[in-house]
Amino acid sequence: MSNTHADTVLFVRDTMLPQKNPPSTSVGAVGWARENLFAGWGNTILTLLAFAVVYYLLAGILPWLISPTFGAESLTECREILAAKGVGSHGGACWGVISERWKQLLFGFYPAEAYWRPILTFVLLFVAISPVLFADYVTPKLLWFTALFPFLAVWLLWGGSLWTPVTVLAGFVVGAVFLSMGSKIGGAIVGVIAAILGAVLWWAVAAAPLASGLSSVVEIGLLPVESRDFGGFLLAITLGVTAIFGSLPLGIILALGRRSDLLLVKSLCVGFIEFIRGVPLITLLFVASTLLNIFLPPGTNFDIILRVMIMMTLFAAAYMAEVIRGGLAALPTGQYEAADALGLDYWKAQRLIIMPQALKISIPGIVSTFIGVFKDTTLVSIISLFDPLGLANAIRADGAWTGIYWELFIFIGVVFFIFCFSMSRYSMYLERKLQTGHH
Amino acid sequence: MKKSVFFGALTVAGVAAGAAAAGTLDDVKARGTLNCGVTTGLVGFAAPDANGEWEGFDVAFCRAVAAAVLGDPKAVEFVPTTGKTRFTALASGEVDLLARNTTWTFSRDVDLKFDFIGVNYYDGQGFMIPKSLGVSSAKELDGATVCIQTGTTTELNLADFFRKNNISYEPVPIETNAEGQAQYLAGACDAYTTDASGLAATRASFENPADHVVLPEIVSKEPLGPLVRHGDNEWGDVVRWTLNALIAAEEMGVTSANIGDLSASAGDNPEVNRLLGTEGSLGEMLGLSADWAKSAIMAGGNYGEVFEKNIGENTPIGLSRGLNAQWTDGGLLYSPPFR
Amino acid sequence: MTTSTDPSEGTFKLSMLIYDTRYRSITIQIVALIGFLSFFGWLAANTISNLSDLGKEPSFRFLGEQAGYDVNQRLIDYSSQSTHLRAAFVGLLNTLLVAVLGCVTATVIGVFVGVMRLSKNWMIAKLMAVYVETFRNVPVLMWIVLFMAALIESLPAPNKFRGADPEATMKVFDSVAITNRGVYIPEPLFSRSLGDISVGSAFDISLDLIAILAVLFAGLWGARKLRQRADAIQESTGVRPVTWWARLAVVFVPIILLLVALGFHLGYPALKGFNFQGGTYMRNSLIALWLALSLYTAAFIAEIVRAGILAVSQGQSEAAAALGLRGNRIMSLVILPQAMRVIIPPLISQYLNLTKNSSLAIAVGYMDLTGTLMGITLNQTGRELETVLLGMLIYLAISLSISAVMNWYNNRMKLVER
Repeated sequence: MSNTHADTVLFVRDTMLPQKNPPSTSVGAVGWARENLFAGWGNTILTLLAFAVVYYLLAGILPWLISPTFGAESLTECREILAAKGVGSHGGACWGVISERWKQLLFGFYPAEAYWRPILTFVLLFVAISPVLFADYVTPKLLWFTALFPFLAVWLLWGGSLWTPVTVLAGFVVGAVFLSMGSKIGGAIVGVIAAILGAVLWWAVAAAPLASGLSSVVEIGLLPVESRDFGGFLLAITLGVTAIFGSLPLGIILALGRRSDLLLVKSLCVGFIEFIRGVPLITLLFVASTLLNIFLPPGTNFDIILRVMIMMTLFAAAYMAEVIRGGLAALPTGQYEAADALGLDYWKAQRLIIMPQALKISIPGIVSTFIGVFKDTTLVSIISLFDPLGLANAIRADGAWTGIYWELFIFIGVVFFIFCFSMSRYSMYLERKLQTGHH
Repeated sequence: MKKSVFFGALTVAGVAAGAAAAGTLDDVKARGTLNCGVTTGLVGFAAPDANGEWEGFDVAFCRAVAAAVLGDPKAVEFVPTTGKTRFTALASGEVDLLARNTTWTFSRDVDLKFDFIGVNYYDGQGFMIPKSLGVSSAKELDGATVCIQTGTTTELNLADFFRKNNISYEPVPIETNAEGQAQYLAGACDAYTTDASGLAATRASFENPADHVVLPEIVSKEPLGPLVRHGDNEWGDVVRWTLNALIAAEEMGVTSANIGDLSASAGDNPEVNRLLGTEGSLGEMLGLSADWAKSAIMAGGNYGEVFEKNIGENTPIGLSRGLNAQWTDGGLLYSPPFR
Repeated sequence: MTTSTDPSEGTFKLSMLIYDTRYRSITIQIVALIGFLSFFGWLAANTISNLSDLGKEPSFRFLGEQAGYDVNQRLIDYSSQSTHLRAAFVGLLNTLLVAVLGCVTATVIGVFVGVMRLSKNWMIAKLMAVYVETFRNVPVLMWIVLFMAALIESLPAPNKFRGADPEATMKVFDSVAITNRGVYIPEPLFSRSLGDISVGSAFDISLDLIAILAVLFAGLWGARKLRQRADAIQESTGVRPVTWWARLAVVFVPIILLLVALGFHLGYPALKGFNFQGGTYMRNSLIALWLALSLYTAAFIAEIVRAGILAVSQGQSEAAAALGLRGNRIMSLVILPQAMRVIIPPLISQYLNLTKNSSLAIAVGYMDLTGTLMGITLNQTGRELETVLLGMLIYLAISLSISAVMNWYNNRMKLVER
């Protein structure tokens, strides 16, 4: 019986083998496909099914989408082009309607020579919100521009004399002056009252004569545009952005009211929020289109777009209040206690400590609210405003295009998708950023 | 013109018309534009073109009124309204005049407190069916699915018609004419019912109009007319006589082609002279300039010209004059004398 | 806001209403109340003076007048001679119908998609992501209109079923007809029906339905009792008696007996005249609205479900896997029950959204509350104030009831969890 190693063990490797590449079926495209598409027979069936669905959809839609009808000037012409191509009159889309009407779908009846104004406003909108949205990359000094932007936007979009927004803006300056003066003399509350009185007096008495006086001296103005000429996506964006900007202060007040200890204030706020959230937007728009004139003093009569803006703002404010309330609730209690410990009063604590943080964590929610409101602007087509869907109906009432259907909807749907999708991506990016930043 | 008081958006309409008290005519003159309520889009009657210019039969009437009052047919703000919002828009003073193929009915005139100033189109509700259905009378439509446009008197007429003939049907309410057309063409309803003018316009836009017939039954009277607020008689007179001027102009042979010559100096026909302001002071009585009717007719021509241009037989809509011919031609159009 | 400063003794000064925290809250509340009341008073005064200018006194008498129009889909008896009130009620029931149907399917689709989006299968996960993003980022009104158009354009018209060699045929053993006017499915009929009872002469309720529901609930109650008894036996002896067949029998045998006794049979749709007759008819306005609302809301629910599942810590599924549970069972027994706590509150608001969005039904001519009361009734009577306010109140009541029920359910879930 031999005890040698070689006798008892047949083979022992005593050197390391060089590392081998993984089998070709588990790396690269094949490996990825095996792991992600064909892992097990169940997955394989699902994948094949999914491919079949995608193929079926694309095969059905693509040939229809690719259709050489951009030059057509009426539906009949489209049908002739398609018939000449031999695909049957329904075998392809009629894109002529888009190439003829795309400007109208984007800008409504806005004067064509002034298209640069909404475009410039849209660009400036991004500049104005960049200190909020991309706080890391832009200087906070831009916030001054953000404060000026609403006045600039109103002037650019509606035109008229430059002095009107300037004098309105001056009212705020007057208010601020009164606030600081009043606070020095009689304390904070006197200051606030003085500021409000001063500003209102300014707007009521001084603003209009001053504006007309100034414009008689130096005439700086743009071609005035009636709000009825707003339409298409211009109207949708204007309504959406106004509603969100207007609802922000209102939402903050409502959210604070809802968290307040004052029973009466709290129940008023809760009542308002729950009422608005409990009824469909379309009923609020019915109120705007049929009832608001009855509610206001006899003789007041302002145009439907402004009425819709008011109702949309109230609508957005209720949702905004809930978003901000969420932000307030998400702040650690320590922040409130620290503010109290520093001896700040309620408003100072809110202004300096609570709101900056609460608003920051509410931004994703605010963006989703905006997406919702933006999509909901399509409802105004039901009360006869020419938003993209309303315009689509009007275009189909033009003799040349009656009977057209999908092309308009696809165009509108795609534009909506581009807007909403990019905003929701941004909101997700922000959410991720906030998550890592916070904990 | 008091505008842009607070933000450009807030277009305060001056001393705005609260119901009956205020004078709409003065408002319109002060404002410099006429606010005219039209449909959100109905082929041939009112629709915006690619440049945002409104065109159509109802639109032409708005332009005529604007021309009569302000001398400028372009001085019109068109306010699109739906079946739901039209009466509120008029009652609240948002529009001065509603020219939106609205049927003149008792309750609208009396209960809703509006004044119909006349009839600019005599219509009636009819049915359109595909020829292949093999139906020759609406009474054979027992059990059929019928598409109707809501927000009008149509659904009431339809209910009455089927009840009277004791046959059943399935109503499919439709929001816009374009929807109705799509449903009808796809066979989702057997018959499509709306005003006969609308049926003709819809049929004209089909790929194969010959495959569809409009049934002979007209189940209702639909006198379509412009309307104004109740109680403001001065304004009502202006609108009423603008319509009459267009109708009378056709009867007297005044067209946009010869109106220049006819109005240059007083001619042989005293009524034409009175109409065009070369004789008498009719314009002054209305509170308008002497050549008000001339401006109104020049805006788009006389009634017949407006009809031919927008919905007549040479347009794709191809409506014949029918009831809407002059009384001298066997129609119902009959303007009271200009005297 | 509460401070513990010594209340200063002495005279009350007017300025204390503002500066003294003891009184300030009362001052603010009174100011708020006065502001609120005067605002409403102002609105009311304007309304009254405007309406009297228009010569319209606010009154709900029109609700008792004859409606004069027909409604195609009605869950209760209605004809053009019925009142406006009854038309509004028909509309309300239609609203509720589509809301309930929509909520159920949206939940099912949403949970399915939410789970599938986390699938390891790349293709499936991406497909679901595309679905979610497409539906979330396009307005729901467009989806409703598009679905309606798709149904109308792609399905065969009833007359395609005609003739010796029809272009379209009925599906599922000739019992279901899918047309571009809607879907006809067999309806349950009873040859020995118990008849109806009238409730206050306004509504008829089928006694057959009551009987079936009563027997069903009795059966479910019996099954529950059996399960509780089995639980009790298991507690005391450690052996669980086999009861599944008894529980099934308790539920199904009485129902089947009742159905036989009532002479249950199916009524099949058949093409007669212009349309199919017989069977239950689901109009494509309902189907389009239902599909669009469910798919749109499901996209949001899917995201909620996904977030809820991701919120359950990884350790839970690892622990479940360590216990030997399989993938499906880990999901249904461990992950989802825990995720539910995160999911339910946002789910409530999605249900509310769906119900409110159902008011867009007028775009496809589905006669819901907005279509009848706030649509044709408003048009015919010209009573904007009354109809719109009444409609808003009804929607508010529906919304508040949904939140009440769901909050109750949420609280119950919480109790079970802890």
